[in-house]
Amino acid sequence: MTPELLTQQFINALSLGSIYALLALGLAMVFSVLGMLNFAFGELVTVTGYVMFWLVAAQTSFVTAAIAGVLFATLASMLIEQIAFRPLRRAPFVTLLFSSFAVAVIIQNLIRQLVSPRPQGVPVPNVFDEVWRFGTFQVGVLPMITLGVGLVSLGLLAAFLQRTSWGLAIRAAALDFEVARLMGIRANRVIALAFAISGFLAGVAGVLWVARRGTVTPDMGFVPILKAFIAVVIGGLGNLWGAVLGGFVLAFLEIGLEVLLPNEFRPFTEAFALIAVVIILYVRPQGLISTQSGERV
Amino acid sequence: MADSPALSDVRVINISKSFSGLQALSKVSLTVPTGIIWGLIGPNGSGKTTLLNVISGVLPPDSGEVWLSDTNITALASDRIARLGIARTFQTIRLFKRLTVSENVEAGVMTVERGAIDHRVADLLERFGLTEWASTPAGSLPYGIQRRLEIARALGTRPKILLLDEPAAGLNESESEDLLSVIQGVRSDKEYGCGMLVIDHDLRLIMRLCDQIHVLNEGRTIAEGTPQEVRNHPAVIEAYLGHQNQALP
Repeated sequence: MTPELLTQQFINALSLGSIYALLALGLAMVFSVLGMLNFAFGELVTVTGYVMFWLVAAQTSFVTAAIAGVLFATLASMLIEQIAFRPLRRAPFVTLLFSSFAVAVIIQNLIRQLVSPRPQGVPVPNVFDEVWRFGTFQVGVLPMITLGVGLVSLGLLAAFLQRTSWGLAIRAAALDFEVARLMGIRANRVIALAFAISGFLAGVAGVLWVARRGTVTPDMGFVPILKAFIAVVIGGLGNLWGAVLGGFVLAFLEIGLEVLLPNEFRPFTEAFALIAVVIILYVRPQGLISTQSGERV
Repeated sequence: MADSPALSDVRVINISKSFSGLQALSKVSLTVPTGIIWGLIGPNGSGKTTLLNVISGVLPPDSGEVWLSDTNITALASDRIARLGIARTFQTIRLFKRLTVSENVEAGVMTVERGAIDHRVADLLERFGLTEWASTPAGSLPYGIQRRLEIARALGTRPKILLLDEPAAGLNESESEDLLSVIQGVRSDKEYGCGMLVIDHDLRLIMRLCDQIHVLNEGRTIAEGTPQEVRNHPAVIEAYLGHQNQALP
């Protein structure tokens, strides 16, 4: 493999990894605070896509549509928490799980009924299809934008979590929610904030996802939540930074296999990636970054 | 209903709690005034930790009331109770292990302080001899230091009443002595002084530390009084030793 191709694929892997990392972190954020996997998370990616579809169709610029999509996903996530999860706060884990499935199904079917069950195109700016050339090296604009947006979002979130009181409250609640409450940390606000961050991350990842696909479908949230779930498990369930690491590991596995596998095996890239995930979990069943003695991080 | 309340005391009135038919607490009443160290002792399974869980809002009682000063806190959420002035530590240390010592204390301080959080954190770290560990993850501290940090974190919430659940558990003799002076220091502290309800199995420590002692057995109050009164109480000797012709420490 030439150094040019290697560099290109490395950037592709980083770019895809930053989307997976955003998705995984969004899923892990709610899990670490509530101990619940929110299966409606993928639908936040979907609603981001449809908000963008409507706004771009109404001649709004792609950037404005993207910002609106992220804002809508953030608000939708907070609304879902208020309607579907807050009334069930003391309910068993399985009840919350079913509630999240119900939300996912309702959103998908609403879109099928109100918009269309068929794919809808979202025109993306032409610049996304261009490449930047540096001598013999060339990199796609979209992977670079994706990488930049992904890293900036992760950086901002890291700064928020590390440098603000609310960030500390979330980290403490993620470690031990009961003790955090007993220290006076306001449970409802921390949970609402975790859902808001989760929605924001789903929104940013949704914009990048739509920019890669160029279409939206009612079930488009399935693959993102599947990738997020795999990344979260690789990183160590409930571990925020483990989820980020898991996202990048999964992307490097997928891109690496796509490059290395012989042509006749390439249709099975995802299957091979999942086998690699199984091997990782066989060696480290607790994930790459383990939590200590049963605590959630 | 309670009588007219004293300032910042916690009053437990006829609290009962059962788990799957097992009566953990049966009409237990006690009052812990501020500035007093109150001991809560009893054999294993006597309901001590359950009572702390009820007072701090972790468990709702089946019946009875808990008051903090003139506020009925029985049905309040645990975070609200903490902000009203009841803080606690745990039988098995429950620090935020991946957060630093400084962040652990800040997690307590920030729920009640609006400004000067850093100053308050630094002050608590210094008072509890934790300054040199400030940037260390709490999970990697020596056990005795973790116990001290748990108390510092709880005091960061500026409690009116501090509930200490077996603070000397797992400590050696010198660490227990060290902790004893820390707790006594808190009582006499002008800034952080508060009432304390202390559970411990180390009866010598309880007898030395507490002004008053409340004794539970099988979820019921069997005695209450000064350490001397409790030590000589026949029901207490019976509960601990099974017969009355021996003495408690």
